[in-house]
Amino acid sequence: MNLPPSRVRIRTDQPAAPPSSPNGAGSVALPDAVTTSAEAHWDVPAEVVFDSRDVSVFYGAKQALAGVNLGIRRGQITALIGPSGCGKTTFLRSLNRMNDSVPSFRIEGEILYHGHDIYGGNVDQVEVRRRIGMVFQKPNPFPKSIYDNIAWAPRNLGMRSGLSDRVEKALRGAALWDEVKDRLKDSALGLSGGQQQRLCIARAIAIEPDVLLLDEPASALDPIATGAIEDLMHSLKGRFTIVIVTHNMQQAARVADRTAFFSLETGGEKPVGSLIEFDDTERIFSSPRDPRTRDYVTGRFG
Amino acid sequence: MSGSSDPAGFGGKPQAYDPAAPLTPTGNLRRRQIFSKVTEYMATIAALGAIAVLVIVVFAVVRHGADAISWDFITKGAPEGVAPALVGSAIIVAIATMIATPLGVLVALYLNQYAGRRAAGFVSLTMDVMNGLPAIIIGIFIFTFMVKKQGTLAIGQAGWIGGVALSIIMVPLIARGTQGVLRLIPKSQSEAADALGVARWRTVLSVILPSALGGILTVTILSIARAAGETAPLLLLTSNGDISRVVLNPLEALASGPVRIYTLSEEANPEGFTEAWGLSLLFISFILFASMGARALLARSKRKTSS
Repeated sequence: MNLPPSRVRIRTDQPAAPPSSPNGAGSVALPDAVTTSAEAHWDVPAEVVFDSRDVSVFYGAKQALAGVNLGIRRGQITALIGPSGCGKTTFLRSLNRMNDSVPSFRIEGEILYHGHDIYGGNVDQVEVRRRIGMVFQKPNPFPKSIYDNIAWAPRNLGMRSGLSDRVEKALRGAALWDEVKDRLKDSALGLSGGQQQRLCIARAIAIEPDVLLLDEPASALDPIATGAIEDLMHSLKGRFTIVIVTHNMQQAARVADRTAFFSLETGGEKPVGSLIEFDDTERIFSSPRDPRTRDYVTGRFG
Repeated sequence: MSGSSDPAGFGGKPQAYDPAAPLTPTGNLRRRQIFSKVTEYMATIAALGAIAVLVIVVFAVVRHGADAISWDFITKGAPEGVAPALVGSAIIVAIATMIATPLGVLVALYLNQYAGRRAAGFVSLTMDVMNGLPAIIIGIFIFTFMVKKQGTLAIGQAGWIGGVALSIIMVPLIARGTQGVLRLIPKSQSEAADALGVARWRTVLSVILPSALGGILTVTILSIARAAGETAPLLLLTSNGDISRVVLNPLEALASGPVRIYTLSEEANPEGFTEAWGLSLLFISFILFASMGARALLARSKRKTSS
């Protein structure tokens, strides 16, 4: 249960980026960003929660993701953006082993979580997901009451004491308490889409995970509900490490501290999802180093 | 491919009809319409025929059996009534249900949650084959295995053995039916549960099964309705039960509805015929009401899970 919070310094010995990419395409370059970025605060050794080392993902014979090197820092919001099919959701779902249920899924490389290999031999996927929660694109509340939706996981994980306090805290944390406090016994299916999604976030934070993975959490919601989710992310940041996949570039710009741009690389015969650039969000959107990132964020493709 | 002058590629032929003509049928449309009507009528007649069979059977049973129905008929043993057969059938079917429901639901959970594609295909096929197995074969198998004096277990006739045989008929029905119900539960639900770091069996118990409960109940009732009418295995396994008094002990041979109907209609006794009709009426009403109730229940639980 209790992993020692290993403070991992950001690696400066970057595993060499493919030398064939002088434009910085392969330089996924955490260290670059750290050492050369003008923002001085990155010089403070930040704690890395996820350290992805040369991660490639295959579905059967098809390669979905190639050579991703990426460090995700504690307490920050990291956004993964890019065109459809670029592997960003695949990467996200690899972080808590949600892809394990895909029969032909195979992963190469290493994803270190606080220094432990997520795909290591003695790692239990249920324990992984207990610490790394996930919220999906489409709100998926259980067909139970609002209260039972939140209380379900704590009950099953043996966190029974102070359950109603925990439920209230989770609902307050997800900025939903005031809207539902008088109808906790009502079915969660009666909530609006935006409320359901906040309920799903509340359900995820009720078990106090370390990390929250959000897979396009607002893509099925209207702008007002989306705004509520984004405000919520700001309030959860710090307490949780958040990784969000989004199609919406403005959303990434609004919420994320750091942004990773994925795209389809057509170097080989078949296009393969790759990480093109990873940097402070501001930099990705104002002065990206890679021309492909610039084309994407300025709306020239995707 | 002459290009720009003939973009649609019909080779520059004149149009097959005059677009300005009145919109009455042209060409072979008249013939196609007649054919379409004939097909429609034949399909409708076939459907009506199927309903007619049920209506005629029910009508015949009601007409011949209604006279037999009385309070004594339902509450007393032979010669006035058929209470032992009713109680016996209830006990036998209850035993079958107790065996078959957990097994069938577990098989469905295996198919839905745990099996790989090939294993699932194989088990599904097995269930379908079992479903098609003639009841008499199940009866003979259990008879040789458990009842016959020179057989493996040589227990002799008993109500619970009839229950075992009926459970073999019920398991594939419950398994396949429950599998269908489980399939209706959105995958996003088990995904949501997985993402919360809760072990799969807890998810099954507290998310998946509750969602499927209405459907499982329906499927079970339908399979009970089917098993309650099975005669062949019971003739071999529990046919010499006491028909004059109600027996509750399933270790003894029990009278049962189908067997009683069979023996009554074999007798050369017109009153026996009326009794057989009366018992048939009781059974057919039970099956009709159980099936209709089950369908209504299923419709309700579908509405509940899919909104």
